[in-house]
This record gives sequence, structure tokens and C-alpha cells, in this order.
Amino acid sequence: MPFSSVDLLQALAAGILVGSAYALMCVGLGIIFGSMNVINFAQGDFLMLGMYAAFYLTAGYGVLAFLGPYGGPIVAAFLAGPIVFALGWLLHRFVVARVTGAGAAQTEGAGAYGQILVTLGISLILQNGGLILFGSTPVGVRTPLSRQSWEIGDVLLNQARVVSFFVAVALAGGMYLFLSHTRLGKGLRAAADNPQAAIYMGIDVDRAHRIAWSLGVGITAVAGGLVATFQTFQPYVGFDFVIVMYAGVVLGGLGSNFGAFWGGLLIGVVQQMSTLILPYQLQNTAIFVVFLLIIFLRPQGMFGRLSERT
Amino acid sequence: MRTRAEASRQRWAILGFALAILVLSFVVLKSAYYQLVLTQVLLWAVLSLGWNLLSGYSGYFSFGHAGFWGLGAYTVALGMLYFDLTPWVSIPFAALVGAVAGAIIGYPTFRLRGHYFALAMLAYPLATLYVFQWLGYQELALPMKRDAPLLYMQFEDQRLYVVLALGLLVAALLISLKVENSRFGMALLAIKQNEPAAEAAGINTWRWKMLALMLSGAIAAIAGGLYGVVLLVVTPETVFGMALLAIKQNEPAAEAAGINTWRWKMLALMLSGAIAAIAGGLYGVVLLVVTPETVFGMLVSAQALILALFGGVGSLWGPVIGAMLLVPLAEGLNAELGDVLPGIQGVVYGIAIIMIILWAPEGVYWRVLDRLPRRKPAAAEAPPRPTATVVPLPHERRASTGEPLLVLRDIGISFGGLRALDGIDLAIPEGGLYGIIGPNGAGKTTLFNVINGFLAPDRGAISFAGEPITGLRPNQVCRRGIGRTFQVVRAFPRMTVLENVIVGAFVGAPDDATARQMALAALDRVGLSAQSGAIAGGLTTRELRLMELARALVPHPRLMLLDETLAGLAHDDLNGILTVIRQLRADGITVLIIEHTMGAMVQLVDHFTVLDHGRLIASGRPDDVVRDPSVIEAYLGKKWVDRVAVPAK
Repeated sequence: MPFSSVDLLQALAAGILVGSAYALMCVGLGIIFGSMNVINFAQGDFLMLGMYAAFYLTAGYGVLAFLGPYGGPIVAAFLAGPIVFALGWLLHRFVVARVTGAGAAQTEGAGAYGQILVTLGISLILQNGGLILFGSTPVGVRTPLSRQSWEIGDVLLNQARVVSFFVAVALAGGMYLFLSHTRLGKGLRAAADNPQAAIYMGIDVDRAHRIAWSLGVGITAVAGGLVATFQTFQPYVGFDFVIVMYAGVVLGGLGSNFGAFWGGLLIGVVQQMSTLILPYQLQNTAIFVVFLLIIFLRPQGMFGRLSERT
Repeated sequence: MRTRAEASRQRWAILGFALAILVLSFVVLKSAYYQLVLTQVLLWAVLSLGWNLLSGYSGYFSFGHAGFWGLGAYTVALGMLYFDLTPWVSIPFAALVGAVAGAIIGYPTFRLRGHYFALAMLAYPLATLYVFQWLGYQELALPMKRDAPLLYMQFEDQRLYVVLALGLLVAALLISLKVENSRFGMALLAIKQNEPAAEAAGINTWRWKMLALMLSGAIAAIAGGLYGVVLLVVTPETVFGMALLAIKQNEPAAEAAGINTWRWKMLALMLSGAIAAIAGGLYGVVLLVVTPETVFGMLVSAQALILALFGGVGSLWGPVIGAMLLVPLAEGLNAELGDVLPGIQGVVYGIAIIMIILWAPEGVYWRVLDRLPRRKPAAAEAPPRPTATVVPLPHERRASTGEPLLVLRDIGISFGGLRALDGIDLAIPEGGLYGIIGPNGAGKTTLFNVINGFLAPDRGAISFAGEPITGLRPNQVCRRGIGRTFQVVRAFPRMTVLENVIVGAFVGAPDDATARQMALAALDRVGLSAQSGAIAGGLTTRELRLMELARALVPHPRLMLLDETLAGLAHDDLNGILTVIRQLRADGITVLIIEHTMGAMVQLVDHFTVLDHGRLIASGRPDDVVRDPSVIEAYLGKKWVDRVAVPAK
């Protein structure tokens, strides 16, 4: 073996820690993909917005400086959620809703053409708007945690990643409870399963979609805020994560929010483990290979279900 | 399917378009820069047409056409670097590479549908991108061939590139037109609108999808190959990447607008081998040294799809319109705004796309077409509802041989823990009408799905006319003479009634003209001739049922499977369809029908089979079966017996 068992454990631990942040962004995307059936190309750019929101709340404007170098970045990551949620709400209200939902179901391909172009357009605007507003110099949210590690045996655990792991797991768990146990959450799932029937049951599908969309981009933005504590970024960073997110969501199984979490986690692990045997540049290729394998072996994903009737 | 006259009109339109481009290039545009922009418009249009051929017509969205484009570009670049291969040879070879790649990708990927397919396609070019980076092909500059510029397509006159690209575009347009007007195009449209129905109508969906992907990949690869030649540098990001690079990389060229020598300056610089060094300040001259930060970013191989979606998906001219509008727009934005405030061009471009798509969600072409006054009145001008005048076809009558036509032996299938069918034995002799009844969930439709190949049984065997048909795909089953209709009518809603039926006729027809004749005859047979020009989406339930019958009938099947053909019909409409069904029997076609309308069934059929919980609980003559106590308990109920004490035959 070209690597030791410590390397293996180290890669596995890193994979789980990074994977938890991926898992959270996958949960965000999964809510949108699962309940609106829309491929949102701009999801990565909302993640980027989350990163910059966290950045400006801490380093940039120092609004959260009083929370200290440890608490500030975490609170900032959380606050990125509502900020991006609000932006998502407005975008859905004035743009996205016009090509999705009940109105679009009548057009050819259920409005898929319009949806793809509109989210691509939003992506362009966010990326390039980000370039204008934030500049192209890579930045990061600095916290002392980024440079410190805990040691467990011979395995080093980056503290920023460990903190983000617990935050991500807690938030994903909260989302799970929200979707499965609250009235609003159940409404979202009903609107996803059968929009027509949901309308007849008195559920405002457009409103449900708006909540799903905003919630989805908001959650992903929080994940972005967490990733920002251990990785630098620039306005074009979103694209790197779009692939990770879609791979995670499809792996986990569409329409299954919990599955998206495990899918994202798995992507993180595969990505980190692949560096043991593959050159660094090929770690994303490893993701695609696993992605394609699972898609062919289980098109419904790990936790999804197939429902088609003739 | 267009008529011949329409197709010929389209050919003239293509010729006119080509002449207009030539005039534009040779008379109007003076600067080499504009010639380069025009070349790119044409090449992107070719790529987009290639994409449209697969995704526009068949509805299988590909987010991965950059893969083919990139393979084409690398084929040409590597061929020239390592084998001194001229593009005149390597570009056609690139087409072959694209087609083979299409076949390899399609084989596993077509098992997926919808968003899954689209996302899996996205993975191919991206995975390839990283591999090429890793292999060290970060940036390939095509070597200068000073001694034989013509042989290596290194023209001094930009206009020659325009001519080449135009030739490619015209070829792609003619291919698209040809496809649109053939059974290939019809098959793809049918797949897009209702794949299971197309399969059941005898269309080998797998084969057509693969062909479409291969052709589409070949076109994209050719365009990519020529693109590499025009721009002289190939990088993994430009050819596989996610960016609208063609636009951004000309930013420098834009500065040089009007200067005819810019290209030679650039070539000289490249020759000096200083590509990497000049990347900064002379970024402009180098073209194509692209980093993710400097380009639009996320705009995938999506360029192909954006242009087609924007222009009008599934139309001949849509991709061309998209390229003509968007490529110069993005180019102009870059030239005018890119330097003032980096990024603003992307914002404006994004806003432009959103605004236009909100105005025309299905693309500019369709929107404009809707706005134009209709040239010919729609054929659906509320024709008088004809009574079903049925034209018998006596020569089709087949003598009953006494051998069972369809034999099912011990058929079983389970979904999870549910035994949908459990040990079904059934022998259907040729000729006659056989009814299948049973409560909801008894397995009736599952039985049909097993017979026509939508589902493979877990155990048991099926034979038809003495041959085993277990495990065949629906189109193969159809070809052997089993037609079917569906519980919920599966029409191709955007095609006309006649086109819907023609799709079914491809099975038996040697050529497309015969298919048309056969379809017309079948429509006549069910009494739907008057509606042949109407769009299927606007038909009544009765007309849809008849249309589906005609579609199943047109290849002259020996056995018809009718799944609740009478469901949802008003009493008056019932009789018309019953007449057609009886006529089928009179013509010697064996009919197996699922029905809930007991009254109609008892009058209609010669033989009843009753299913309950996946088991066959009774079989026999109607009046015997309806008196069978187990049937009464499972399905009919006591009331029914009281009401129809003596069923009339």
C-alpha cells in the first residue's frame, strides 16, 4: 500500500469533517431540487454570497468583532442564512416564480427551458456582480481555529473544520425535524410530491416554492459561511461547489432531504480519500466516477424512490 | 413531418441565409475582428444545432456537449502537434471521435431520464477536463506552418474561415432539416412527448436515441475542431470548460478592431513560445489563455444549450437565431464595458437573458412565430363529428388456426413485497374478443405491461404465435404483431393526429410515404379522418381513444391489447368505439380488453378472464363467469347479480 493506516484515518477524518459542510449545502439544494424540481445553476453562487456575507460581518466591517475571534465567524455563518434567504425570496418573487410552479407546468417541458436559462442568468449576475462588489482577490474568514488542530492519537483534526462539523450536523438535523414534523414542512413536501393535488388541498404552491427556494439558498449560504472559515474564496468559487452539491443530492436520492445529507458527506469522504491514491488534480474526477457509478447502479440514489406508472 | 413543399422552402431559406452571410462577410464587414466574431457566431451555431439535434428533438437534455466540442478541438490540436496531421483530415476524423464518444457515453447514460440524464451528462466533460489538465495539456498552441498555410488552414484572410464555418453551418442545417423530415425526426419527437408510448408503438427508442447522440456528438466535435484551428490555442478550460470563453477571449481582439494585422501579430508572439509570459499584459493578443477568474465562470458547455433554448428549442432556426443575437451581444458588451468595470458585461448579459426569457419562455423563434399571423388556417376547424364509419379490410382476415395465439405460462412478478401477478396461466386462441376484469389493483394493467414488454416477469414464459417473447423490449413485441392502448391515453400532444398515427406506421412501412398512406387508412378505419390535421392536445377523450386505436392498428397487429378503452366516455360516445372494436374482431384481429363497464363488456366479449390480487380466479364464457360465486364475491358484488339477473349476450 502506498499509504499508511494513519494516512487513511487522517483522510477519512478530513473527509467526514469537510463532508459535513458539503452535506449541509446538499440539504439546501435538495430542498429546492426536491420540492420544485428545478435545476438551480445559481446555487453555488448563493453559497458564494454566504461566504462573503460571513466575511463582511467579521473581517470586512467587523460588525461581529465584539464576539471575539472564536464566536464571531460562527455567528456570522448563521447570519449569512437570513441575509441570503431574503435575497432568495426577492429573486423568487420577481423572477424565478414566473418560470416555475403552477403557471409553468402547462408549457412544454414544464417550463424547463425557461428555468435553466433564468438560473443561468442569475448565476451570471451574481458572479459578475460579485466581481464588481467584492473584487477578484481571494479572501478568507480568519479565525484562530483555522490554524489549530486537535490531536486524537496520530490524527490531526483542524479545529475550524471540527466546529463547522458540529454546526452543520446540528443545522441539518434541525432542518430534518422542521420538514418532517411541522405543518409548513409537510406542506412543502406535499407541494413537491404532487403540485396539482397540493393546490386542490388548499396549499399555496407558489408560496411553498418560495419558502423552499429561499430556505434552500439560505441553508446553502450558511454552509458557505462555514466553509469560509477554512478555505479562501473569490466570486467564481460557486462553480466548484455546484458539482459537489448536485453529485451529493443525486447520490442521496432526489426528494429525500436526509439522503442529500449522506450524499454530501460521502462526496467529502471520496474527495479526501482519493488523494491517497490519485494525484491531487484528479480528486474531482474521482467524485464524478463515484457519481456515475451510483447513478447507473441505483438511479434513484441511495435513499430515493422510483415512482413511475405506465 | 413537413410536406415536401415546406422542406423545399426551408432549403431556399438556408441558401438565402448563406448568401446573406457571404455578403455580410465580403461586402459589409471590413475589419478582421468582425470577421472573427462572425466566424464564432457560425461555429457556436453549429454546436448549438448539434445540441438541438439531440436535446431539442428528443427532449434528453445534455449539459455535456462541451465534451464533444473539446474532444474535437483536442483531436485536431494533438493530431497537428504529434502527427503533423492537417485539419482537413483531422476535422473529419474529429467527427468520428465525437460519434464514438457519443456511443460510449450513450450506452450507459440513456438508462437515465430527465434531470438525472442531464446531470450525468454534465459529469463527462468535467471529469475529462481534469484528466486533460493532469495529463499536462493545459494549453496547446497549434504550431505555425509558414510553408503550407492552406494545407493547415492557416489563412491570412479571415474571410476564408467565415466560408469554412458557413459551409459547416449549412451542412448542419441541411442535416437537421433532413432529420426533421424523416422517420428519425418523428421518432425523436415521439420520444420527447411520450417515450413509453413511442416504444409501445414499435419505435426502437434506444436505437434512435443513440443515433441522435452520435450524430449530435459528431457535429459538436467538428465544430470544436474548426474552433481550435481558428483560435490556434486549445486549453482544457476553453474546450471542456464551463465558460462562455469564445466571448471573453476576444476582448483583446476587440481592442484591435479594425487593425488587419492583429492576427499576424498574435501568431508571431505565439511562435516565440512566450504564451505564458505574455498572459498578463498582452492577454489580449494571446487569446485563449483563460483562467476561471477572468471568464464568465459557470456558463457550462451550457453555451450550446443557452443559444438553442434562447433561440427556440427543437426548431431548425432557433440555434442560429440564438447565436446571431447572443454571441455578438456578449462580444460587444465585452468590448464596450469589459475594461470600464470588469464583470459588468456579465451582469448585463445575465439580465438580458432573463428579460428575454421572461418574455419568451420557449425561445425567441416560437414567440415570434406565435405573434406572426398564421399563414394557413389551423386544420382543426371544428369538423362535424362523424359517426364511426368503419372501413373493413377484408384481405386482412386471417383464418383461425386453432393454435393459441398468445400463451402465458406461470407468469409471476412482484413489486417489493406485493405480488402483482402470481402464477398466471392463460392461452388466447386467435380470433375473438377476450375481456379481462377484476377489482382495482388486481394486476390487469400489470398483465398488459408484462405482455408488451414494459415489465419483465420475475418468472414464467410468454409466447406469441409460437415464438417466445419473454423479456423482449416493447418495440420488438410491437414488431411481432402486438399493439396496445393505454389506460390513460398516451398521445404525442404536440403532434397532429396524422403524425401520431404515422409514428405507429413506421413498423410496417418500408418508406415514409407508405407510412403516411397506412396512417391515413388507419384513421379512416376508426372514422377519424376529418381530424387528421388537428393537434392531438386539443382532442376530446373519445377522439383520443380512437386516435390511440388507430396508432396501434396501423402496423396491422394480430393481437390488440386495449386498456380501459371505454373509460371516461359518455354513453353516446361508447357505441362508436364499440363498433370499431367489433370491427376489429370481424377483421380477424384478436382483441384482449380490460374494462370496468360490465354492461358493455358482457355484450361485447366472447370470453371473460377474472383477476383478483394477482391471481386468475375465473375464466370462461361471460354468462358463466358472472354467475361464478368467487367472481361475485371478489368483484361484482351481490347488487350486480340482483340487478342483472340474466346477463344478455
